[in-house]
Amino acid sequence: MKKLKKLIALTLVATLSMTVIAGCASDSSADATFKIGGIGPITGGNAAYGLGVQYGAQIAVDEINAAGGINGVEISFNMQDDEADPEKAVNAYNTLKDWGMNILMGTVTSGSCVAVAALTMEENMFQLTPSSSSVNVIENNDNVFQVCFTDPNQGIGSAQYIGESGILASDGAAVDKVAVIYDSSDVYSSGIYEKFAQEAANYSTFDIVATESFTEDNKSDFSVQLQIAKDAGADLIYLPIYYEEASLILIQAANMDYSPIFFGCDGLDGILSVENFDTSLAEGVVLLTPFAADAQDENTQAFVEEYQKRHNEIPNQFAADAYDAIYIIKAAIEKSGATADMSTSELCDALKIAMTEVSVDGLTGTEMTWEATGEVDKAPKAMKIVDGVYQLIQ
Amino acid sequence: MKSKITKGKDNLITYGIVLISYVIAQILISAGQMSYLLQGLLVPICVSVILAVSLNLTVGILGELSLGHAGFMCLGAYFGAIFTHCMKDIITFSPLRFFLALLIGAVVAGFFGFLIGMPVLRLRGDYLAIVTLAFGEIIKNVANALYLGIDRNGLHISLKDSLSLNLEEDGTVIIKGAQGIISTPRDANFTIGVILILITLFIIMNLVKSRDGRAIMAIRDNRIAAESIGINITKYKLMAFSLSAALAGIAGVLYSHNISSLVATTNTFGYNMSILILVYVVLGGIGNIRGSIIAAAILTLLPEVLRFLDEQRMLIYAIVLIAMMLFRWSPQIIAWREQHSLKNLLQKFKKTTSKKEVR
Repeated sequence: MKKLKKLIALTLVATLSMTVIAGCASDSSADATFKIGGIGPITGGNAAYGLGVQYGAQIAVDEINAAGGINGVEISFNMQDDEADPEKAVNAYNTLKDWGMNILMGTVTSGSCVAVAALTMEENMFQLTPSSSSVNVIENNDNVFQVCFTDPNQGIGSAQYIGESGILASDGAAVDKVAVIYDSSDVYSSGIYEKFAQEAANYSTFDIVATESFTEDNKSDFSVQLQIAKDAGADLIYLPIYYEEASLILIQAANMDYSPIFFGCDGLDGILSVENFDTSLAEGVVLLTPFAADAQDENTQAFVEEYQKRHNEIPNQFAADAYDAIYIIKAAIEKSGATADMSTSELCDALKIAMTEVSVDGLTGTEMTWEATGEVDKAPKAMKIVDGVYQLIQ
Repeated sequence: MKSKITKGKDNLITYGIVLISYVIAQILISAGQMSYLLQGLLVPICVSVILAVSLNLTVGILGELSLGHAGFMCLGAYFGAIFTHCMKDIITFSPLRFFLALLIGAVVAGFFGFLIGMPVLRLRGDYLAIVTLAFGEIIKNVANALYLGIDRNGLHISLKDSLSLNLEEDGTVIIKGAQGIISTPRDANFTIGVILILITLFIIMNLVKSRDGRAIMAIRDNRIAAESIGINITKYKLMAFSLSAALAGIAGVLYSHNISSLVATTNTFGYNMSILILVYVVLGGIGNIRGSIIAAAILTLLPEVLRFLDEQRMLIYAIVLIAMMLFRWSPQIIAWREQHSLKNLLQKFKKTTSKKEVR
């Protein structure tokens, strides 16, 4: 018995020393490249987002390096998994620091991003998140910038769109009764819902007739919420949630012969790639998302073609956000004249100023500019799913 | 008499392992030889160790199964963080503020342990497991639904959304429902973590050696016999269970002051976490305090150390768990281990050398 304990103690010591050695080895490789780190869920329930970001960013990095890098300096990219868990995200961040990261392009999900932003703030490391939309991420952190819209802006944008555009319900009349189904245990979902409800009060063209929520633990059966919405006569259901739950809602609504308009935000993007999901059910779903894979401009088509060639699937908005994020970092570095031999903190100071001066045309928006707070300024786009593809609503 | 002496020595070894690990870690940090990843993991390891040791009190020493240990941790984490947020401007000396937060976390978690234990520990059978399982889930869901703000009129609580808190202009929202508590001052550090581990060990090891501890173990071994000699079963069960809950609360406070985004998910304070703590205890050895410490440290480190394997690390982690389980509990391996133990080898070596000397 005692021997075993000694053996375990030995193993522990061995593990510890191995890690230390591993840490040292990576510290010594201080080449003159811009080292960009990425953090996101590569495994687990939100893997579609993390993988999208990883693949999208890698394409941008390869393109930039093939074209001679930033001011002649190559960039290297390293993506670490956080399983959308704040604690794991901190570990991923520390792993990247061991690797020698200068700039952080992440994290993908909001909860993790808040935890990591506190650390980058302390460290004064430049951080650009492709898809973490919570306000908490940029609040009080002047080193953090966003590529995507903040949650409140998405909620306000949705309410404005429903209130002003006059979407027609399935019976041909304008939408006037709206039901909301949201995930009260999720930062993203509850953040959007709160602002949506606030803004909706300003519009007389529609009323919220039902507000139903679900949580992480009971997200497989939505028949109760749908029945309440149906009984309340809602002709539009607002879904500020992620696509996995949304696909279940669509299936269950179809099973009970209930066909309102479904309206979502960028979290709904990806619904067409859910396994075993009859995509015809998603016909007519409207979502506010900044990116459409079938857009006709040259850049988008080149990106989608490259992405399909590498990964055999259509990129979602997260991939496009990450692709843009890398090019935004490039633009900011070029603007500031920063060099790879600057320390992380100097680089951050230079990029912070440059970010407010650049204007970037990307896949997710044209003439994107940034406030010093870190919030992006770009126009939202509404998409509708027609014949299994996203189509821009003009 | 002899067993008492070895017991004391045994405890000293346990303290020694913790202290030596601490000294090694500090030397490595000051020499700049420790990776950032490992430095970031030091406090989480302390949290896991405290949780594992405290659960071992319930599972190993009291002999009751608890599946809601993360619920008590959650109580500690939230109450500690709320206290720190309320007192941020009043008590600016952070060690004192953190100490008070620890006390509050421990008292609240211990009180809830007492409340739950009162009815349930009077029953026989596995009722404690069922009730604590439900308790853990309830705590997590309440934490997810709760909105709490503070302004000059005091605390405001709502279960709907942050707007219905009706805060004054100067008010701040502390708990934002599912968004949890953000930007708690990071008062925790490795030294405090190790001190807390030592305090936990001191409390539990001394309890085990005391008259009360012997009563608790008597209940575990034979309830009827213990009852027949006049031991107050409920009292001792309650004592061990609330103490275990209070220590989990301390671990929670340590956790919440180390990360600036505190959210109650299944992985942080839910069922998964409770089972993970139980895994530390089972793999370290039920009733074996030192084993819990080592298992908690290894299993916290392992998934992160295996990061270089990318996606395969999940697979390797599972295989390591199975291997540890077999190594720890399989009868054949236990027999093999006893044959090939260091002590046996040493004795054989001694025998051969002494024989040689005789010749």
